[in-house]
Amino acid sequence: MNVPQGLKYTREHEWIKVEGDRGRVGITAYAQDQLGDVVFVELPKKGRKLGQMEPFGVVESVKAVSDLYSPVAGEVLEVNSELERKPESVNADPYGTGWMIQVRITQPKDLDKLLSAAEYTAYLQQAAGGH
Amino acid sequence: MSRMEQTIGTRGLVLNEPLVFEQGSPGRVGYSFPPLDVPEKKAEALIPKRLLRDGISGFPEMSEVDVIRHYTRISQWNYCVDLGFFPLGSCTMKYNPRINEDMARLPGFAKAHPYQPEELSQGALQLMWELEQYLADIAGMDRVTLQPSAGAHGELTGLMMIRAYHTSRGNPRSKVLIPDSAHGTNPATSALCGYRVVPVKEGPRGVVEAKAVAEVMDNEVAAIMVTNPNTLGLFEDQIIEVAKIVHAKGGQVYCDGANLNSIMGISRPGDSGIDVIQINLHKTFSQPHGGGGPGAGPVALKKHLAPFMPVPTVEKKGNRYTLDFKRPKSIGKVRAFAASFGVLVRSYTYIRSMGAAGLRRAAEVAVLNANYILSQLKGTYHLPYDRHCMHECVFTDALQSRHDIHTLDIAKRLIDYGFHPPTIYFPLIVKGALMIEPTETESKETLDQFIAAMKRIAREAEEKPEVLRQAPHNPKVTRMNETKAAREPKLRWRPAS
Amino acid sequence: MRYIPNTDRDCAAMLQAIGVRSVDELFADIPPAVRLKRPLKVPPAMAESEVARHLRELADKNANADRYSMFLGAGCYNHFSPAIINHLVLRGEFLTPYTPYQPEISQGTLQALYEYQSLVCLLTGMEVSNASMYEGASATAEAVLMAQRITGRSEVLMARAVHPEYRTVTRTYASQLGITFREVAFTEAGVTDTAQVRKMLSERVACLVVQSPNFFGAIEDVAPLAEVAHAVGAMLVVAVAEPVSLGILKPPGECGADIVTAEGAGLGTGLNYGGPAVGFFATREKFIRYMPGRLVGETEDREGRTGYVLTLATREQHIRREKATSNICTSESLIANMSAMYMVTMGPRGLREVALMNLRKAAYAKERLAKLRGFSLRFTGPTFNEFVLRTKKRPGEVLKGLLKRQIIGGVDLGRFYPELKDCLLVCVTEQNSRTEIDALAKALGGTR
Repeated sequence: MNVPQGLKYTREHEWIKVEGDRGRVGITAYAQDQLGDVVFVELPKKGRKLGQMEPFGVVESVKAVSDLYSPVAGEVLEVNSELERKPESVNADPYGTGWMIQVRITQPKDLDKLLSAAEYTAYLQQAAGGH
Repeated sequence: MSRMEQTIGTRGLVLNEPLVFEQGSPGRVGYSFPPLDVPEKKAEALIPKRLLRDGISGFPEMSEVDVIRHYTRISQWNYCVDLGFFPLGSCTMKYNPRINEDMARLPGFAKAHPYQPEELSQGALQLMWELEQYLADIAGMDRVTLQPSAGAHGELTGLMMIRAYHTSRGNPRSKVLIPDSAHGTNPATSALCGYRVVPVKEGPRGVVEAKAVAEVMDNEVAAIMVTNPNTLGLFEDQIIEVAKIVHAKGGQVYCDGANLNSIMGISRPGDSGIDVIQINLHKTFSQPHGGGGPGAGPVALKKHLAPFMPVPTVEKKGNRYTLDFKRPKSIGKVRAFAASFGVLVRSYTYIRSMGAAGLRRAAEVAVLNANYILSQLKGTYHLPYDRHCMHECVFTDALQSRHDIHTLDIAKRLIDYGFHPPTIYFPLIVKGALMIEPTETESKETLDQFIAAMKRIAREAEEKPEVLRQAPHNPKVTRMNETKAAREPKLRWRPAS
Repeated sequence: MRYIPNTDRDCAAMLQAIGVRSVDELFADIPPAVRLKRPLKVPPAMAESEVARHLRELADKNANADRYSMFLGAGCYNHFSPAIINHLVLRGEFLTPYTPYQPEISQGTLQALYEYQSLVCLLTGMEVSNASMYEGASATAEAVLMAQRITGRSEVLMARAVHPEYRTVTRTYASQLGITFREVAFTEAGVTDTAQVRKMLSERVACLVVQSPNFFGAIEDVAPLAEVAHAVGAMLVVAVAEPVSLGILKPPGECGADIVTAEGAGLGTGLNYGGPAVGFFATREKFIRYMPGRLVGETEDREGRTGYVLTLATREQHIRREKATSNICTSESLIANMSAMYMVTMGPRGLREVALMNLRKAAYAKERLAKLRGFSLRFTGPTFNEFVLRTKKRPGEVLKGLLKRQIIGGVDLGRFYPELKDCLLVCVTEQNSRTEIDALAKALGGTR
């Protein structure tokens, strides 16, 4: 499974790419694979304030629905409106055009609580072993 | 070997039939009315023109012949109980007796108006009263509301009564305990009643354990919602202790009665501490599924909850039956009029046809049939709980997934063998679940054909898995593009603009 | 027993294959404390001919529309049902399939429901319909819950002219979700007081609920109500208890309704002592994701063939669980299909003709009865096939007198509206002949 370096991860399968005091957020390749074909993404309004691991939206596939959790506390600056027309971007390019929100990171220490690429990969292997 | 394999599946003789909107012709009629026998006033003379419409554009104009042909043709594409086996776990797809249909259509039932005088409705009220007595005894409860129109509707009614009960005692409470194996309607219903769901994990034996309940039970828990027998096809053998723990802190025990077919005449939910249970007439009591309803979900309850029943209830005074609306603590109503009466007629007819011994026999044979399938498919398919089951057994695709074949592929391939697939991917706590409920109305030959088909599919999984992945091959359409349906919803016909 | 194929011999073979000696061993998990030790208190089985006789005896104790002249409406309407409908739905292929979760072998049900959804949209003037709810009252309740989800507001205005049972059911559904209700009075015209609506609307209101034709048979002017509701960001829910009226009345969708619910039973499915029935539920496309109930959509299979499938299921209970838009699972597919069969059998001309017949017969009755001594029309506004008759003599007495002549004359409104306790609600449909109406007038004329 594709787990790019340089990103941070949550146990709920979101990724965050830190760009200065901002973070771009989406779901991982593993998550989109588990969900199946994404048909709809519900995203918050700009300006919404979020706590760490607070649900900010919902991703729907044909057979499942999942809450989306914010990896860090912050304020929603941008929302990927392209996903309304092309929800399939989440499947095709989860780390690129499938991004969901961009937040202003208000508590940089939140990043320390997240997983590195190596830790997330280990976490996935552990989860797979459980089946 | 199933005879059904040698047919051409569910195509019937008709491969394509356009929508009604693409048929008919201007001026064609399918109806007839007697000539008007009152003055032919213009509509505009009676109703302001701005409140009137200019016809109904888009409606087809068809003759009676066109209508009969259209529906007869599309009916050929439906698999149905009359055609063959539906091993759907938790659905109890038993045979739908035809005498029930005749009785529901008797003019005294079919042409009676819910507001006609009570003294001229004694037959309807007597039927309802007697049905209540039968269902109460089968469930081991004191009273039954016949008003809810489906299982989920009954759950909602039951949980609303529980909430009203708690409110009357000073605190509606805020939580409902629900096992992970529960049907999706259970948490959905809780949310509709303003309750937060607290999950309870099943123990390793597949049943809810009293100690797990004790850990989460407190004075804010309004109820626990159990299913017994549960969705793994197992009897919840700790139910008595569970009920005691919940009752000790003032909570109520709601039972989802979807699986009642396995215990009729053998065990009664009310005797194990259940306070409320909904009964699915379209499962246990032979009401036809009709492609998705009508059903009915009467709710049986203990007498402490009776004041909260929806109005009207049916009461008997001497030889007279009446509708009782004077119930100040009632939660109100969950549908207009008394009930989905025609469904009650069918189930009443069924109960009178089966009798006490017949109902018990049905439960025994339902459980026997399920255990027969379990014993014959064990080893071919992975059995997560290796013990006798009740009326349904749960297997998984664990053995087949070694060949990258999954539950969905097995289900779709069964269609080629002339069977409706079992319930799949439910309960959620079993990965790749295949839930099989034969019911008592299937013969041993049918069960043997089904077992043979399942064994062949297991062999195909090893020898030619691609056939499974592309299944079904025989019916009118193959696997549907559900993603496209959800991404580009097209939910109705539109006239060409 | 003819519904249980396996004989003792079949059962013995299966017990042997399982490796147990008796069926009893299969119930070993049931604790002895909850084993029933006596037979069920259910009478012994009856043979088919006995059952038929017993049910006929029960049925014969009921009045029915064949034996009595029935002038009852009030949300349940006596309309003619063409013979072919019963014949079609008694086909096993429509009567006995399961919910169409396996689309490959359910295209009959799915195409029929897709057509039903489309017909409901065309009839009501709305953009999208679901595949049915239980009946009109609970459908209206669910519409109110949907309006709350969409607007985030918790106050609801309901017209008093909405069917009393619809109002009760809506309150029952909403009471545990913190929704509060205020009722809007009706005027001397028999319709909802628009001025009062304007006063009571605010930014706290999720929706206004009206019924047209309303419980009194009066036709509401929906368009101005939609305007005032929308002006404060509230939604308009229109309930239609008498769907035959849509044969001539402007559909609520063309008047600004946001959600339309209806009791579809009047479209050829029968009285049935109130059920089973079918709840229509239709709305605007932008609200699709908030809609309860199943939805059938068109798509393609792997070979590009057009087909139908249940879709947008992630709104529903089996996936969304506690976040579902509703808990509805089994609904009323067969009754929905019956109403669709009625709609295509009648076609636009038939629906128009039957609606006009209802209108004209009711107008004739209205005119004749209003002229009788001791009777008058209570309301002044235009009505469809029902009207309210004020009577000097107690309505209960009037009805009793009519019964002696095999006439069920109407509903005593005092049952529902204390201020109308001197009134009867009289309904006239295409099933009432002029002879019957004249007989009713004669019988009433004789009551002083």
